[in-house]
Amino acid sequence: MNAILKTPKTGSRVATATRRGLIVSATAAGGALLIGCSMGDVLSLGARKPDFSGLGPFIRIDPDGWVTVFNKHQEMGQGNHAGLAAIVAEELDADWDKVRIEAAAANAKVYANTLMGVQGTGGSTAIANSWMQLRQAGAAARAMFVQAASTRWGAPVKEIAVKDSVVSHPASGRSAHFSELLPDLARIKPPAKPTLKQPKDFTLIGSDRVRRKDSRAKSTGTQRYTQDVHLPNMLTAMVAHSPRFGGTVAGFDAAAARQVPGVVDVVQIPTGVAVIAHNTYAARQGRDALKVTWSDEKAEKRSSDQIMAGYRDIAGGKATVKWHVFQTAGDAANAFGGDVFQTAYEFPLLAHATMEPMNCVAEVHGSKVKLTFASQIQTLDQLNSGLIVGALPGSVEIETLSAGGSFGRRGNPTSDYVAECVHIAKHVGGGRPVKLVWTREDDMTGGHYRPMVLHTIAIKTDKDGYPAAWRHRVVTQSTSKGLPGAGAFDPSAVEGTKDSPYLKATPVVDGQAYLADCPVTTLWWRSVGATHTAMAMEHTIDQLAHKAGKDPADYRRELYRRAGATRHLAALDLACQKAGWGQPLPAGTARGLAVHESFGTVVAQVAEVTLKDGAPKVGRVVCAIDCGVAIARDQIAAQMEGGICYGLSAALYGAITLKDGVPEQTNFDGYRVLRMNEAPTVETYIVPSANPPSGAGEPGTPLIAPAVANALLVLTGKPTTSLPFVKA
Amino acid sequence: MSTTLNINGQAYQVDATPETPLLWVLRDELMLTGTKYGCGIAQCGACTVHLNGQAVRSCQTPIQAAQGMKITTIEGLGGTHPLQTAWVKHDVPQCGYCQSGQLMSASALLATKPKPTDQDIDDAMSGNICRCGAYQRIRAAIKDASGQAPAPAATAA
Repeated sequence: MNAILKTPKTGSRVATATRRGLIVSATAAGGALLIGCSMGDVLSLGARKPDFSGLGPFIRIDPDGWVTVFNKHQEMGQGNHAGLAAIVAEELDADWDKVRIEAAAANAKVYANTLMGVQGTGGSTAIANSWMQLRQAGAAARAMFVQAASTRWGAPVKEIAVKDSVVSHPASGRSAHFSELLPDLARIKPPAKPTLKQPKDFTLIGSDRVRRKDSRAKSTGTQRYTQDVHLPNMLTAMVAHSPRFGGTVAGFDAAAARQVPGVVDVVQIPTGVAVIAHNTYAARQGRDALKVTWSDEKAEKRSSDQIMAGYRDIAGGKATVKWHVFQTAGDAANAFGGDVFQTAYEFPLLAHATMEPMNCVAEVHGSKVKLTFASQIQTLDQLNSGLIVGALPGSVEIETLSAGGSFGRRGNPTSDYVAECVHIAKHVGGGRPVKLVWTREDDMTGGHYRPMVLHTIAIKTDKDGYPAAWRHRVVTQSTSKGLPGAGAFDPSAVEGTKDSPYLKATPVVDGQAYLADCPVTTLWWRSVGATHTAMAMEHTIDQLAHKAGKDPADYRRELYRRAGATRHLAALDLACQKAGWGQPLPAGTARGLAVHESFGTVVAQVAEVTLKDGAPKVGRVVCAIDCGVAIARDQIAAQMEGGICYGLSAALYGAITLKDGVPEQTNFDGYRVLRMNEAPTVETYIVPSANPPSGAGEPGTPLIAPAVANALLVLTGKPTTSLPFVKA
Repeated sequence: MSTTLNINGQAYQVDATPETPLLWVLRDELMLTGTKYGCGIAQCGACTVHLNGQAVRSCQTPIQAAQGMKITTIEGLGGTHPLQTAWVKHDVPQCGYCQSGQLMSASALLATKPKPTDQDIDDAMSGNICRCGAYQRIRAAIKDASGQAPAPAATAA
């Protein structure tokens, strides 16, 4: 906590001696060179002294009265900034209309995500990670203002009130704005353990006043994205990549490319051949004119159908592999005799397809690197960039911009497109800025997909139709290859199956998984393991309920009761109540239910589905969410609306298929996504909770596929065994 | 080669070949970066601008086709357009990258149909992809800006 309790440096009249003393203590807490113990310490090597102007690295209060909250997390649309700013404003009792948010610098020592050990955003952790940190920061700052006022007015601390950035002493009628008290703070010692508010006393958190701070910029075209960065003397680069994963450059002819007006240079880099030009259009034309021959010696040449066939052989025991046992209970050897329910689900590769294709701006001068882009895991981008130029990771400067979407794509352990940009900027040298632009085609065929997945399930039921023995096999690829410190097994491959209350309620469990290796690059995709485990679990449960002649909601209730899954039960009850579960619907319409926990948040969804020309059409979706204390209710709703659209888009149409190793979908004409006329109407209801907050960015996504599949089961009587619903 | 373009009521001399897409002239030459690159093949709508009031995809519009026409970009929408006000009121944007294009499509719609039906909105807006899935709020904001009751409540209860 030391690090956050610093007095203002800029624009105020703080006594130098005191200020220096405080900054020294800040340095001790946020210092540059430390003998590494945690990952954060090691990766912050070379970091400059953090700037503690203001009330530490999380809050700055300026003489004009504005409160600035520094966001160490990436704002990629999920609206975390609103919640984070509200946490500070609540404890500080700041004027919400005079609170703004800025991206924090890249400095793992100060800004590490405490749930990750590096500075980075993901796993729906932004609010959960910053909850106590920012409450304490806000409360400490508030206590300092109260102490300053108390000293100035000679009034007891307990008689001082704070509201909307104004400190007052009602008994004497005195009051002062934060900005007026700033000079006095230098003489105030920050409290070692600031007193936090009781949640019942929150006035901003959970109120309708907590709204986005960037809607205006994003509605006027003035929000600055990486794509919009223009720096003096900047060059723009595009890279020709191997059509196949694992392919390498055998040779290239740049003569025609160099003839294109505006093209400055053509250079080979580890991932392909870069064309460097004065602007984007010239770079594109230059790349079109470039002739590259590729070596496919180590490339993936199989089609996606062949890869899935291989998965089937593995799951069916035709190929011998070393399985990873993720969950066992009871005696599985003798539990699967007689009539056994069997099912399997196949999932395709998925592209993130962010609206803003991948891009980065880099300036390299010797071993000095400055990056300007929407970095999602700053520490790893620093590490990977530093390796290219021979710099300590902490010395790599990053100006983090808002992302035009990520859904996991920008949080890449290998910093793929960032590294490309650094290689090119290193070649250009002299600190000249280079903007790397990926076209939509580069982005969509560039891998880092949600991997293909196969689930096979065998279940023996008891006399009442509930699972007595559950055998589960998962075959997929790791999503975290290249992640420093990652173990041999990627636990996200089975998250949501492994943690499921259904397995907890089943006496005999035999859960095993195998992660196949493959040159096709894979990555976490919004809600990660849940993208497939929610479908596998929730659609299986509905099939079991139908088989047992039980209502799917009641069937789940019994299993949740057995597993002690009270939060699942509450979310299910709320969603069913609001959706009118069990009440009649027009002919041809059916409801489908799904309940799933991911990233500590439990979501239940009821989808109303019809069939139109053989394809599912989703009308109304009722969504209940338990994410602990709800800070920014409207943004939680926005994440449910958006997460459902993102999940539905993939469920209906999403698939990258490989033909002889080459992705067949290259743009939005082939990779169909959800559009306005297909979007459901989502109603969001929040389960009241006093638990610490968990995330909302991802947990809304994975349930819509099984909810639709469960409605289709009612409409057609047929289970869904592969996604997407609509085959190309 | 010099081309004169009339953008947001101002004349610009542009030195680019006639087939250069308007998008790249706006973004790289004139620094009007509110108009976004999304797909380059008129599939996503992020680059939508108005040509004589009609919504077009600037990634597929060569500058020679835009010459002599009134070009309006998000920067020319004014900032106080009723749709922009409604966008802020409903907190429509998430990542926000597609929203310039969404607003240009919506403003072209309202210019011809001041009270669009749901079907009108579907027809006019289905060329604009939003990967964040803000569609429900886009619809609500269009209804609100056109003085119609917004669609059922979106916010959390």
